[in-house]
Parts: sequence; structure tokens; C-alpha cells
Amino acid sequence: MIEKFKEWYVNRHTYAKQWKEQTGGKVIGTFCTYVPEEILVAAKMLPARILGSHEPQDVTEPHIFGMFCPFCRDALAQGLKGRFNYLDGVVLAHSCIHFRQTFNSWRIHLPVEFSYYIPMPNTVQTAHARSYHRVEVENFKKAIEEYTGRPITDQDLDRGIEILNRNRRLLRKVYECRKLDNPPLTGEEAMYMAVTSQFIDKEEHSNVLEAVLKDLPERKLPRDSGIRLMAVGSENDDAEFFKMVESVGSTVVIDEQCAGSRYFWNESVPNGDRLAAIANRYLDRPPCPVKDYPTHSRFQHVLNLAKDYRAQGAIIMQEKFCDPHEGDNPRLKKFLEENGIPTLSLEFDSTNPLGPFRIRVEAFLETIRGEELF
Amino acid sequence: MATPTKYPTEALKCWPKAKELRQQYYKDYAEAHDRGGIRWSGGAWAFDAVPMGLGDDVHVMTGEPYAASIAFDRKFAQECQDATDARGWARDLCSYMRIYWGSMYLNRFFFGGEFPKPDFYYQTQICCSHAKWDQEASLYEKVPFYCIDVCVGPYETLTEERLNYVVKQLHDSIEGMEKTTGRKYDDEKLIAAVHNECRSTSLWAEICTLNKAIPAPLDEKTMFSLYVLNTLQRSSKQIGDFYEELRDEVKDRVARGIAAVPYERCRIITDTQPPWGFLKIYRYMEQFGVVSVGSLYTFGLEGIFGEQEDGSWGPRKTPQQLGIKIKTRDEALRITADWNLSRPQWQHFYDPAIKTRMMLRIVNEWKLNGVILHLNRGCEGLTVGSSENRLGLIKAGVPVMTYEGNMADEKEFDERRTTSRIESFMETLGLEQIPGAVAAQAAS
Repeated sequence: MIEKFKEWYVNRHTYAKQWKEQTGGKVIGTFCTYVPEEILVAAKMLPARILGSHEPQDVTEPHIFGMFCPFCRDALAQGLKGRFNYLDGVVLAHSCIHFRQTFNSWRIHLPVEFSYYIPMPNTVQTAHARSYHRVEVENFKKAIEEYTGRPITDQDLDRGIEILNRNRRLLRKVYECRKLDNPPLTGEEAMYMAVTSQFIDKEEHSNVLEAVLKDLPERKLPRDSGIRLMAVGSENDDAEFFKMVESVGSTVVIDEQCAGSRYFWNESVPNGDRLAAIANRYLDRPPCPVKDYPTHSRFQHVLNLAKDYRAQGAIIMQEKFCDPHEGDNPRLKKFLEENGIPTLSLEFDSTNPLGPFRIRVEAFLETIRGEELF
Repeated sequence: MATPTKYPTEALKCWPKAKELRQQYYKDYAEAHDRGGIRWSGGAWAFDAVPMGLGDDVHVMTGEPYAASIAFDRKFAQECQDATDARGWARDLCSYMRIYWGSMYLNRFFFGGEFPKPDFYYQTQICCSHAKWDQEASLYEKVPFYCIDVCVGPYETLTEERLNYVVKQLHDSIEGMEKTTGRKYDDEKLIAAVHNECRSTSLWAEICTLNKAIPAPLDEKTMFSLYVLNTLQRSSKQIGDFYEELRDEVKDRVARGIAAVPYERCRIITDTQPPWGFLKIYRYMEQFGVVSVGSLYTFGLEGIFGEQEDGSWGPRKTPQQLGIKIKTRDEALRITADWNLSRPQWQHFYDPAIKTRMMLRIVNEWKLNGVILHLNRGCEGLTVGSSENRLGLIKAGVPVMTYEGNMADEKEFDERRTTSRIESFMETLGLEQIPGAVAAQAAS
């Protein structure tokens, strides 16, 4: 059953096309994980996060200057190559300038029926962001209603919130199993589970998660879990990387990144005002560094995760040219190390040099094992 | 292209005053504490009228122009960047930020002495680097940091709620500054500062508009030294007064046909900050009779524009010109928020199509023959969308050249390669070097 997630990950475009054929629904490409998907699900749409493919590409050079992050270029390449040609619409919630370029080039060169930009607050730490973002979520809801020609009722919103929250709760339960001495799933498998929730129908995804969870606590992996690692940093769904890390004597037991836990960690808390509940959920979630100021609220969350999951070391995954993470990493590294979590910093591209990375990961694991000897 | 005509040229009379204002600005900042005054640092896009309510002895040093000043001194610029790199920061981060941090880490002020520690940092967040810049600086210096989020979408879609979000943060920042400094805030000083801010930035737009004239009274290389005053402290009365004087002088130059470049026969604009250590590329273009009459960067980084009655682009009317009397703190904050949100150089952060439209307007109204885009590795914020701008301009039939560089990190600029590209571009525009222009530059 757990293999289903990998199958979805590999065949995501086929899945979306089939979903569309079977349901007659609209598929909306989401740019960045700050898009309030509750609204899309309430409108019976399929939110499908735009991700890259980790393949070399040569189609984005005329559109995005090479100094911008490989992820934003890789993601645009997928559109330019026609792999997302089933999308009915695209939505961006304001985040980093890198990915905004992907969205804008998409709007210019890959026209879709519906495109929408949500000026989501960046200073999520200000109290004023709450009332402001509620209005923006409401504006987004109205735009979706106008596009579909159907009102989104309170019942629809309740359904959207519950579908999203159920999926989040189940993913949290899966992650809870990773706290065990011998985690019943690898970091690679966990990554497939988390990232597929960003483009598979949430109810279907939740049903499979529920089925997997029945047996998961008893599942035994035919491998030694080795050193417990945490993966922290920029967007990364490079499965080959996780596979490599876990092939040399370690298990990734927790992550703090938007292809993983940052996406699903908290729920929308119904409080009578459904739109406020949705808006607040995105303001309160573990932040991307682009939204984490004036204080580094994220650092304590990262450390808490490392402690809760008993990570013995952290790999800081730095997407090349990703300014928000680059603006956090030296201090984050220091903070973790001062709190007893050794770190290894690696710079990621859309394709990664697994050979050199393997040597560095092995050396990192050796230093951790060495500390255990004394 | 027409046969080169030699236009009369003259040095700008108010040039020494611009230099003096700039020198005094850094001196005042460095010495503010000696006189019991307040120092704050932050960005050139911070709402600089707001801290003015703390008193007449409040002095600011904006980070970008400070780093640009250092960039002229390639040796110190390198030392600063090395100091930042040594602390683990990525080399591809904003080169202004890396230089500013380096100067701070080294505790060396470019204008002499130790790095002057501010009492607080005040910034706006629109690009990915600004908030991170002052987050780090404030942590290092152990002083408070106030950051106003202005990411509310392009001005053309501004709503009351979006404006309110910015205004409420400005109100909060005043409370924070009062606590930090222990001073009582003076709304009258804020109101005066907002008036000056609108006056300075509208006047700069008016000066840029005068450059529609042929021959252009100003060239961009000169404008770099003039627009900068608005990046230092646009809400200062002195700066507003200077721009009035400059506007009058430029008007006079237009009336008398005084040119910035003697053999003007081809007009272009550039884009983003130039590689500051290599401004001679502008002089090189002059040998072909090319004048860069500005850029969206020099015009709209601090100039506030609006559509004129005849549909053309020109200075936005200030509240004073519209007969608006600001009476309260809230009114002043609403005006400064709205005014700044209309800044031309904030629009492309949301959509490159808006910038392409503005550039095409400049191409037409400033009567241009081409555009040179600097793909600036040192500034993601102003380079965001540049590739789409290029495609948009080409689609509209505008000749475009690009070159890669970095405004402040000379390691990322190849001078020979850039001049070669310029040569090729000149060839496509049908231009050859003008012997008289080459000889004049060689003699100067």
C-alpha cells in the first residue's frame, strides 16, 4: 500500500488527467504552499502543486535569468514542456520573488482560463496580517465563485476545511511513527507521502494514508535505521537524494521544508468565522524564511522537531540562489550546533551530484558516530 | 542616423552642492550621537518620513547607497564581501547587503572611523533580501528592527484594505520607535516630512521628464549622482530644496539647448543599478554618440510619476499641489503609504508586464532608439522579470541588448566582454565611433 505514494509521485500528471476525466472537475496549479487550498477543495477543484522534475532542461533561459533558483526554473520548464497542459487555472500566494517569476512567465506564455495572485502578507508576525489576510482569502473565494459560476457555501467551506485537516492529521500521525526507535518508514517514503498530498485528491490521499496507518506502527524495515537525521531547508523533493542518504547508514526521521512538514503541520481551527480560520492557518503555519521576521520564529520550531524526533544531525539543504533560506542558514546552523545538533550544509540544484554528496554525507555520519564513541 | 551635430555642453552648476549634501549626510549620521541625536539605518525604500517625527536631530543612513559608495572603492568593497563570506553567507546574496554587513562586521565606516551603530533598523519588505538584511544587522548590533510589509500587490489593484494593512503597521512602528528612543512623537514633524517626501520625489520625476528634450540635458551617469539624494533622505527639506534648484537649472538647460552628451544622435535607457566600479561603459557609449537618458531605475526608484492631462508620463501631483491639507498622523501615514505604493520600481515585483508597459512608455515619450538591460547578479529584486521585459520589448520592436554583471561585486563583471557586446549592439544600431568624441574623451 505504501508504494502507492511513489506511484502517484512518478505518475502525477497521468493521475491529474484521469481525475479530470472522471470527475469533470477543474485542476488548479498552485504556486507555493501558501495557497489556501481549502477554498479550491470547497469548490470541488483539484489543487495540484507545480513542482520541478529534477531533469536537466534548456527551455527557461529566455524567461528567467540564471541567477534565480533552480526550482523556479525547473518548475517553469514543466509548463513550457507541456507537462501541465491539463491545468484550468493557476494561483500564486505571495511568497518569494523567485517563484513569482515562474507564475508570471506561466501567465504570459501558458494562458489558462483562470489565474489569480493572492497578495498574502509577508510579515506574518504582525497582528494586522490576520484581518488583512482574511479579506484576501475572501477575495480569492469570490474570484473562484465567479470563475465556476457557483457559490461556495458555508457547508462547502466546512467540507474543504475538514478534508484538508483530515489529511494534515493523518500525515502528522504518519510522522509520529517516525519517532520510534526503528522508524517503520524511510525518509524517502515519508517524502513521497507528504509531497503527493500536494497534488493528489485529498480524500483519496487520506484514504490511502488511513489504510497505511493501520499497519504502519508494526511495520519492520529490513534495514538498520542507523543515524537519525533531520532534513531542513529549501523546497526539495529529490527522492534520489533521500535514497542515497539512507543507503549509507542513516534514516531521515523528520524534515522541516515545504515539500514536507511545513506544508501540513498545522490545521485550520474553526472559530465561527470560516474564512478567518483558513486565513489564520496559513499565517500560523511553520513559516518559510521569506515570511519569518523580524524574529527568527522558525529556529525554535526546527530545534523542537530535532529534539522530538531525536535527530542526531541535520542536513541543511540549500537550494542554490534561494535568498530567503540563504538569509537564515548561517544563523540557523549556529543555533542548531549550539543546541547539540551537528549540521551538514549542502547546496542543491535541480540535478544534484550524488557522488560528491555521498562522500560528504558519509563523512558527516562518521563524525556523528565518532562523537558517540566518546 | 543623422550626421552628428555637436551640441553645446556645460557643467551642472549645482553639482558641488549635491556632493556637499551627500558628504554632510554621512557626517551627520556618524556624529549624531555626539550631539545627543538619534541614528537609524535601513533601506532606501523605508518610509523615511516616519522616523522624522522623533525630532530634528534624527539621522539616517540607508544601506544601499552606503554600499554603492563602497562599491566605487573596489579594494574595500572586496574586504567587506570577504568578511561576510567568512561568516558563512552565500556569495550570491544581494551585494549591497554583503558589503553593508561586511562594513559592520569589520567595524569600519567607509567615511572614516568605526561603523556607527544605529539605534534601530527601519525597513520595508518587498524583495526577499530587505527583511533578511536588517534582521541580521539588528541581531548583530543588538538593536530593535521594525519592518513594514508592503507586499500588497501592484498599485493599480490597491484597495482600502491593502492600504490599511500598511498604514496600521506604520502606526505600530511609531509606537515601537517611541519605546526604543524614549521620545515623544511629534505629528507636526511627520506631516512636514511627508510633504517634503512628496515634493522631493515628484520634483525628481519632473527633472526626469525634462530629459524628454533633444538634446537630453542630463545623461544617466550624471543622474546617478543626483537621484541618489532621494535614496538618502527624501523627506528632508534640504533635499527637496536641492531638487527645486536642480529642476530650475535643468529647465534652463533645455531652454538653451544645452546637452549632456555633445554628439547625441542615439538615445537609450538602461535598467537596474549599473556596475558601480565600471561607469566608464557609459563614457564608452558616448563615443558612438549614444546618450543614456535614464532608466526606469533612475527615474522610478525614487521618482513618483503619474499620468498627465495629455496622457503622457510626468510628475505625480503632490498633496500640496492638490490642495490637500494633512491634519493628523493617520492622514499623513495614509498619504505616505499611498505615495510609496505608487512607486514605479515597486510594480515589477508583482508582474513584469507592468514594467514592460512603463518601459515602452519611456521608449516612446523619451524618443529612444534602444534599451540596454543589465542582468544584475547583485540585485535579485530589480532583476526579477528582466528576461520577460526583454521579450516584451523585442515583441514591440525595440532593439535590446543585455549584459551580465553585478552592481557591487566586481568579480561578476567582465569589462571587456561588456564593451564587446556594446560594440556589437552599436553595429546593429548602425553606429560607428565618432572621431571627435573619441578624441575629446582621450584629451579629457
